[in-house]
Amino acid sequence: MSTMATPPAAEQNLAAKLPDETLREWLSDMLLIREFEVRSMQAYQNKKIGGFLHIYIGQEAVAVGAVAALNDDDPVITAYRDHGLALARGTDPKHCMAELLGRIGGCSKGKGGSMHFFDKARSMYGGHGIVGAQCPLGVGLAFATRYQDEVIEEGRSRHVTVCFLGDGALNQGAFHEAMNLAGILDLPMIFACENNGYAMGTAIDRGTTRADDLAVKAVAYGLERATINGMDVQKVYDGMKPIVEQCRRASRPAFVELRTYRYKGHSMSDPRKYRTKEEEQYYEEEDPIDRLANYLMTQRSFDGEAYEALVKKTRTRVREAIKWAEASPAPDLDELYTDVYVDTWGPYLGTSPPKMNDK
Amino acid sequence: MANLTLVQAINLALIQEMEKDDSVIILGQDVGVNGGVFRVTEGLFKRFGPERVVDTPLAESGIIGTSIGLAMAGLRPVPEIQFEGFLAPAYDQLCTHAARMRTRTRSMFTVPITCRVPVGGGIHAPELHSDSPEAIYAHQPGLKVVMPASPYDAKGLLISAIRDPDPVIFFEPKRLYRAFREEVPEDEYTVEIGKARIVVEGNDVTLISWGAPVVQCMNAIDSSHHSIELIDLRSICPLDTETIVESVRKTGRAVIVHEAPRNCGLGAEIASRIMEHCFLYLEAPIQRVTGFDTVMPYYKLEQEYLPEAHRISAALEEVIAYGTATGLGSAG
Repeated sequence: MSTMATPPAAEQNLAAKLPDETLREWLSDMLLIREFEVRSMQAYQNKKIGGFLHIYIGQEAVAVGAVAALNDDDPVITAYRDHGLALARGTDPKHCMAELLGRIGGCSKGKGGSMHFFDKARSMYGGHGIVGAQCPLGVGLAFATRYQDEVIEEGRSRHVTVCFLGDGALNQGAFHEAMNLAGILDLPMIFACENNGYAMGTAIDRGTTRADDLAVKAVAYGLERATINGMDVQKVYDGMKPIVEQCRRASRPAFVELRTYRYKGHSMSDPRKYRTKEEEQYYEEEDPIDRLANYLMTQRSFDGEAYEALVKKTRTRVREAIKWAEASPAPDLDELYTDVYVDTWGPYLGTSPPKMNDK
Repeated sequence: MANLTLVQAINLALIQEMEKDDSVIILGQDVGVNGGVFRVTEGLFKRFGPERVVDTPLAESGIIGTSIGLAMAGLRPVPEIQFEGFLAPAYDQLCTHAARMRTRTRSMFTVPITCRVPVGGGIHAPELHSDSPEAIYAHQPGLKVVMPASPYDAKGLLISAIRDPDPVIFFEPKRLYRAFREEVPEDEYTVEIGKARIVVEGNDVTLISWGAPVVQCMNAIDSSHHSIELIDLRSICPLDTETIVESVRKTGRAVIVHEAPRNCGLGAEIASRIMEHCFLYLEAPIQRVTGFDTVMPYYKLEQEYLPEAHRISAALEEVIAYGTATGLGSAG
């Protein structure tokens, strides 16, 4: 059994010691997420996207900084606001955009939509629509890597799983079951709570106890804990990196609160009556992209011209992604019955057109 | 060959699959040190160790969710849920994740879990410990549902389920766990998922059932002088329509027996398929002998609720007599 968790201290200035090139990549990734989301909103307004759309704008530093603290084959999993994580992990924006448009070229063949981005090659395990329900899956991923690392590989490899969740998930039963399981099974995983202040339209302090210090949720389960400024990608990296390495080394779980803000509504149909324009403006002035760009321009070899060039390049990339996605065909009717089961029985006869059940 | 109970047959299947494939992992409450609530996993903890036979907290959503994560990462977990009623807290994970992951990810991720669950009444337990929810899970595309009624089928079906690349709910009729023994091969073998078994051949009427009531059907047949064909479905989903249709076309009459309540039970689906494929062959309306549309009663009324042999016999007599009494003979 674990002893009482002690919060691992964030190591100061880890990010500041990284080369220019790495930080420019972070900026590029955050710009890509921002531009992708802006164009997604337009596509949604133009009725090209069905269903719902949850925009990640404002939270870019969380996905980019956390992914930077991980190895490429460390599993990640998240809830439905998943575009940022997939893009940060390197999923091609054209496959992401095609997924939003419901096209066959989408990262889930147009079958998943906005909430269900997956990318096996990049250890991105989704994109899940039920609040909090991805948490036990994260436990399973961590359990699997530990089994593979310690039993099959006999310690030659070590992985850390990061399970992202929104602050709303803290009130779901599955989250608490998962925290307890991770604690009792000594799993190398991090519950990364992206606290953007609102569970849909419910402000965190209206729906969640100890909203002032969410990291205390870790205490009862014996997990390591930390609170991180999620509006500053360097601070996200500085906070996450030592915890990631500690989890990897000790095979113990942690819970971190990443304080962030979503500039847009919960989804596209949200009038945001539950907060003020002033509040939104306050956070927009804390913008994570501006912050890193300013840092690079004042402290590193980077200037306004280079920044403009990067913005332009990103716009072109997303524009091309849209073009590619729009050219990708919608799934055939045959696709209705594919990928339901592996084999072909009853109506699931591979490529044959959908038929009445079991004729 | 060994003479085994259903519990022993399942235990043997688990041991053999775990020895063969180190990606097979068992998890659930008390499956390890205690050997499971019905002692199905007895001895496995000692044999395979705590990394592969994992005691979990009492947290069904957590157990199934963890299993889904394990499966997505390439393992073959075999979670145990202690009673069918406790599937309810895990329903979310089974139906929103396990069943849909393949479709949602266009087969990039699959969920090869085998969820073992004791099912049904007959052991004097209260509701939530005696229910028959198989139709609920058969209704969810993406899940497979099986229920063996004999030790031989239990072993073969469980091996098939563990090797199956999709999620399978493996219902174990708890009334039959130690009810009788049967010769079971010691070597590994599989029973194909989706194939029914003709238990007894006959010509007058087709009797269709699965799980514990199959034994009651046998008792009804033993006390009848008619020629009755008994089909044990073994798989609830996929359903072996072909075997049912072939039999009913031969006999022209059908009685369906299940423990679950009648309303929206699997009997309705089977009757409908018979209508679609055998309409002109039918000599009598299809009969259902089922549980009642109420919550499973506690043990004093249990025998009244369950489809026991005498109720099955009465339905068989009625179906066979149909037409003769009304003057609309079967030749008509």
